[in-house]
Amino acid sequence: MRAHETTHHVQFVPGSEFKRRAAEVVANPFLKKSFRGAMDFLMMKRAAQFPDPELLERQRDLAEHIRRYSLARLPELLEQLEVNLKKNGVQVHWAETPDEANAIILDICRRHDAKLMVKGKSMVSEEVELNHAMEAAGIDALESDMGEYIVQLAGEKPSHIIMPAIHKTKQQIAELFAEKVPGVSYTEDVDALIQIGRDVLRKKFMEAEVGLSGVNFAVAETGTICLVENEGNGRMCTTVPDVHIAITGIEKVVEKLEHVVPLYGLLTRSATGQAITTYFNVITGPRKPGEKDGPKEMHLVLVDNGRTQAFADEQLRQTLQCIRCGACMNHCPVYTRIGGHAYGTTYPGPIGKIVSPHMMGLGATHVLPGASTLCGACGEVCPVKIPIPDLLIRLREEATHEAKPGHAPMFGQGAGKTAFASFAFKGFAFLYSRPALYRLFTWAATRFRFLTPANQAGWTKSRTPLTPAKKSLRDLLAERSKH
Amino acid sequence: MDRHYPAGPRPTDVYFFATCLVDLFCPEAGMDAIQLLEREGIRVHFPADQTCCGQPAYTSGYADQARAVARVQLDLFPNDWPVIVPSGSCGGMIRHHYPKLFADDVALKAKAEALSGRVFELTEFFVKVLKVNWKGSGNSKKVALHTSCSARREMGTHLHARELLAQLGNVELLNHSHESECCGFGGTFAVRQPDISASMAGDKADALKETGAEKFVSADGGCLMNIDGTLEKRRDSFRGEHLASFLWHNTERAGEKE
Repeated sequence: MRAHETTHHVQFVPGSEFKRRAAEVVANPFLKKSFRGAMDFLMMKRAAQFPDPELLERQRDLAEHIRRYSLARLPELLEQLEVNLKKNGVQVHWAETPDEANAIILDICRRHDAKLMVKGKSMVSEEVELNHAMEAAGIDALESDMGEYIVQLAGEKPSHIIMPAIHKTKQQIAELFAEKVPGVSYTEDVDALIQIGRDVLRKKFMEAEVGLSGVNFAVAETGTICLVENEGNGRMCTTVPDVHIAITGIEKVVEKLEHVVPLYGLLTRSATGQAITTYFNVITGPRKPGEKDGPKEMHLVLVDNGRTQAFADEQLRQTLQCIRCGACMNHCPVYTRIGGHAYGTTYPGPIGKIVSPHMMGLGATHVLPGASTLCGACGEVCPVKIPIPDLLIRLREEATHEAKPGHAPMFGQGAGKTAFASFAFKGFAFLYSRPALYRLFTWAATRFRFLTPANQAGWTKSRTPLTPAKKSLRDLLAERSKH
Repeated sequence: MDRHYPAGPRPTDVYFFATCLVDLFCPEAGMDAIQLLEREGIRVHFPADQTCCGQPAYTSGYADQARAVARVQLDLFPNDWPVIVPSGSCGGMIRHHYPKLFADDVALKAKAEALSGRVFELTEFFVKVLKVNWKGSGNSKKVALHTSCSARREMGTHLHARELLAQLGNVELLNHSHESECCGFGGTFAVRQPDISASMAGDKADALKETGAEKFVSADGGCLMNIDGTLEKRRDSFRGEHLASFLWHNTERAGEKE
């Protein structure tokens, strides 16, 4: 049940490099300005969709309940989903690790002698690094979501879960297309750029033997998968090629179709500030006899990759409530300044900080939960009310301590423990739980304030040193009572 | 954030929990807060054994150490009086996180919950419990306001501070861009991620200054130290002031008891 048992090569840069990468981005005024502008725009769009705060609260409560209800019954719902998918003619596969997921998909492709796979947007396929596995097997995996297409052309990774190419300007995209797409000359006209992409992709949809898609909601009662998108590429991927493979995390299941409606309404409003997306695909099986279109064969790959670790703990399970809207990153002051790539994880931003430790282990990610001021903006906008700051604190604890007695250790448990921090917090507790000693300390700190060090590590990098006052509040109060 | 406030007579006595930052780094703000309370005819009790709410250890994932420190504070307030805290994040720690911290001990949890119910952030207490109606003194002035994130999201302080400033009549509050955004302090975050923190603090300082206000006010010592320290390093003369001090010096009858 552990992602670390995989031999799969994770391409992401380790968490220890986080600080350096973040420093690079904040030092780049151009990047900083463009992220800020993009996030401001998305925040404004979302806010315009929720004019009534009380209504929003009721909607969030409902969405939270649906997600918690679904997770409480996760094992049964997954079984029900499998039974009903099979009834609908969908082949169901279970993958514990990224390697297993890739092997399953590769096997399907080989059986169909596939040379080309067109892909709709799928973060789980990014998570398992499907493109690399396909490439290694000599199969072209082509991204058809415009943002993903751009990122793939550039040889990069998505920097946002909803807007993969948000870090790129139209000038950069113009240069990229002129360089990489045969027969294209430089243009900064956005409509023209999109048309270039569409022309390339249109032919590929017809050529591809296999179409791959993600899943936004899997409905257990009906054996249905729902796919939310704006570009129509998702519909092409799931209907044109002979084989459709959908891939998703095991947490995406809900019981009934009616549970999808409130979640969908919050998803699109929170993500892009749209009341509804251009396309909403409800897929219940492959082409049936007598039908004129649709794939001849359909598969669903259900991926664990560390999710069962989160599921096993009542508090950490809340991580799995996520419907991947990305609002937490749009509103995060840290994400706004460093962008998605600095995190070194498939999922960046606040949600990435709480979900990645289960997928990649705390060894690779223990820095991330700490890279937050706990300002709470993420939790405030989360449509399914994940208490992200509380989960960050919990992961900070797991990253710096042994597992509690009776609890199974997390993947990478204690990886962020340092002798210095342990000592510092023991010292803190020793001093501040002894009032007499604390009084002696403040007495000394105010009298010997001239000894305050001028260099206070990270603090004085951009600030003047913290210096105790000449007299503490208790000194001032004692003086006053004498008069 | 919706909180039920006790009806009935005004409290005659309150406890004052200064917080370790105010005690050591901005004691005059603590004094001014106490004087504002006293001016309302309230006896202010300062438990001598108070130290720190334990937040630095709690938010860093050192729950045992946070508990050890919090345990001492639990015993400081034996009477059923309100506990006034001149900082949103420390107030939020006691109100929202103490009950969780002592969840495994029935007796301590009950104690933490009882305490949680009577902890008030300073401006919240003035607006919601004392229902003060203050008038500004001196010349008219323009200020900007920064409220800490925990104050905003856990205690609703941004509304209380706004209401108090609006009462004064001669204070114009200038709104800054990205008002609800964090200043980048985050306790140990400022030291662990200095580059991100500096970027956030710098942007906040810019936004506050760009309003054209003569100063900014904040009800949180941590944010103040962060933003002021950033401005001072830049050799900028623009500065912040603790809201308690600003209110003490700019409301009518100020100085009566000096």
